[in-house]
Amino acid sequence: MRPARKKIALVGKPNSGKSSLFNQLTGLNQKIGNFPGITVDKRTGLSRLDEKTEAAVIDLPGTYSLYPRTIDERIVAEVLFDRRNPDFPDVIAVIADATNLKNCLLLLTQLIDLQLPAVLALNMMDLAAKSGLNLDINKLSAELGLPVIMINAREGKGIDRLKRALASASAASKKSVFDPASLSNLAVREVQEHFRLVSPYEAFQYLQQGDKLAFLAAADKAFIREVAIRHDFFLYKFQGAETIQRYTFIQGLLDKVIVKVPESDWKERSHRLDSVLTHRVWGYATFFVIMFLIFQSVFALAQIPMDAIDRGFAGLSSFLAQGLPDGPLFELISNGIVPGIGGIVIFIPQIAILFAFISILEETGYMSRVVFLMDKIMRKFGLGGRSVVPLMSGMACAIPAIMATRTIDNWKERLITIFVTPLMSCSARLPVFTILIALIIPEMRLLGFISLQGLALMGLYLLGFTAALLSALLMNMLVRARTRSYFIMEIPTYRTPKWTNVWFTIVEKTKAFVMGAGKVIIAVSIILWVLASYGPPEAMNNAREEVRDQSAGLKLTEEEYENRVAAYKLEHSYAGTIGKWMEPVIRPLGFDWKIGIALITSFAAREVFVSTIATIYSLGSTDESATIKDRLKDEINPETGNPRFTPAVGFSLLVFYTFAMQCMSTLAVVKRETKGWRWPILQLIYMTGLAYVSALIVYQVLA
Amino acid sequence: MKPGQTAVVSGFTDEQLSVKLLEMGFLPGVVVRFNYRAPLGDPICVHISGLDLSLRVEEASTITIID
Repeated sequence: MRPARKKIALVGKPNSGKSSLFNQLTGLNQKIGNFPGITVDKRTGLSRLDEKTEAAVIDLPGTYSLYPRTIDERIVAEVLFDRRNPDFPDVIAVIADATNLKNCLLLLTQLIDLQLPAVLALNMMDLAAKSGLNLDINKLSAELGLPVIMINAREGKGIDRLKRALASASAASKKSVFDPASLSNLAVREVQEHFRLVSPYEAFQYLQQGDKLAFLAAADKAFIREVAIRHDFFLYKFQGAETIQRYTFIQGLLDKVIVKVPESDWKERSHRLDSVLTHRVWGYATFFVIMFLIFQSVFALAQIPMDAIDRGFAGLSSFLAQGLPDGPLFELISNGIVPGIGGIVIFIPQIAILFAFISILEETGYMSRVVFLMDKIMRKFGLGGRSVVPLMSGMACAIPAIMATRTIDNWKERLITIFVTPLMSCSARLPVFTILIALIIPEMRLLGFISLQGLALMGLYLLGFTAALLSALLMNMLVRARTRSYFIMEIPTYRTPKWTNVWFTIVEKTKAFVMGAGKVIIAVSIILWVLASYGPPEAMNNAREEVRDQSAGLKLTEEEYENRVAAYKLEHSYAGTIGKWMEPVIRPLGFDWKIGIALITSFAAREVFVSTIATIYSLGSTDESATIKDRLKDEINPETGNPRFTPAVGFSLLVFYTFAMQCMSTLAVVKRETKGWRWPILQLIYMTGLAYVSALIVYQVLA
Repeated sequence: MKPGQTAVVSGFTDEQLSVKLLEMGFLPGVVVRFNYRAPLGDPICVHISGLDLSLRVEEASTITIID
């Protein structure tokens, strides 16, 4: 017999151990989905409560109350106010931090007034006990009218008892904390009767938030607005009155259940750390050292797996090319799809390592200090302290970075952050930078140890960063604010990270990248493969004869001959045709049609530049960058008779690649996050324009 | 207020912001301690009802206090 399936929603304030508890309840039985219509990750998982009961647990975003501050938090209201929502829970597990009961109980009292069945899981009892806080749990349970279970979410203690309590809980608490009728009896009653709501508090919430609830129809919203106006329903005044009433209740409750008042001594170590980590000199110094170490390790640690993946996919591709019979479909597989998948997999090491570090910084509580340190500086550019993390992540990959902007509660700040993040030099630009720098900057050392090439690379990163900040400044002047910005944020005490949580974050973010961006990357690689392998038939069919005629006098090996055929085919393919067609446009930047082809193919993903250049200059293989470099050095500009890649052309290309939006996946993610094509298209136009103009200036000045 | 000082919350000057501040525990009559400023003077860190919170100076300035 199939066990009964219960729906459980997990709620609680941020930093209360909610994700630890979710991981404890569900283990690896987790699924990341999306809430319909809104791009908020929905974490669900299965949990076996007892022999008879299985539960679907949904992890709702961390929130202090039912009044949302960020788009993520809005989900909580959407799910809990809508009894027809497929995620509407049978029972709610509320997690509370025992060291901070007061703030945690606010949300719980709101759930009690909604008359929803709930169980209170008291976390961090060990820390509370250390601080001398003793709670009368039985009294707390009686006063609240619901089960209270002590747990240690990090170590998994008390989880079984919590599961049993969740399995048997079915009735809501009979207590009432806040009576909305005391403020606006008529309006509440009218809304409650109209929508046949279970509790008067739900009606009060409809009056407060009706306009923002997605599940209500326009006519319903109009009705709510009309009732609110007719009965003088004051939004902020009533919400403030509600919060005060709730805290009065909570204070009274705590006076009854707290046996001994805590001395805040145990927080002192945290405060001592803060006097260094938020110090005007040491604070920033520590921050930059940590950032430096993270980027060094992202590059250093990811290199080995990335090389292995690169070799693996190249090997697979050539193995398939040889093993499979000839024909367009098999060629598509070996030259289009397999390298396409390889192009996704190769980013996994960097994304995983970066999010491992970000997750550690968040787990320890250091991230809040970064936000605290950087807020004032960032605000000058229309950003906020919370924009720092996405911008930093953008140096690895803009895709997870743009996903990380969801923690920014202000729409304008978030939009600006999304808009400028792709200007931060991501790791995909690195192969392009490396090869071009090697080409135009001599391998010299300043003062014996500072590499000139390394300095140039750093300069490009700084250039991207400066462009991001200046663009933010520009956006700040152009975009009008929709909502107010709040900064009120908790500064948690320092803790050692919980490694399973770090692991879950890595898995989650990597999955989101592969599933979200992966599809677009594959689709575009297929399109580009078609463009680069097909062309007007007469030219393509004659490729072999043409090359044989041209190179009749040269003694070519079989391999050299094949490479020349490939280059010839690319030149006459559709991509080549477009490259030649756009040559007049890019000539002022110092580019010819061959670079034009590379620009087209790197529209999907900029790192494709290297492999395209390799094909155009008939190298066949991209393994040894030294050969590409040498080949590029020998390339002659037929008009001048001088080398094609002069420093002017090289710098112009470098600047172009620093600014240009050449990543389909980023555009796809921006579209998903801003819910429309408007911002990704503006971003594409802006960044391409910036790239074009800057490269034009660089080339015209240097040439 | 200067870092290290304590005061009592007496009210708010901004209604829209006040509901958020109330939720975080800034209740009239509650003791608030000014912990420290960020190095550039803004935001600031305060301690209220068991929590360390950071807020911007412009937000903090909507809270009225009695020393």
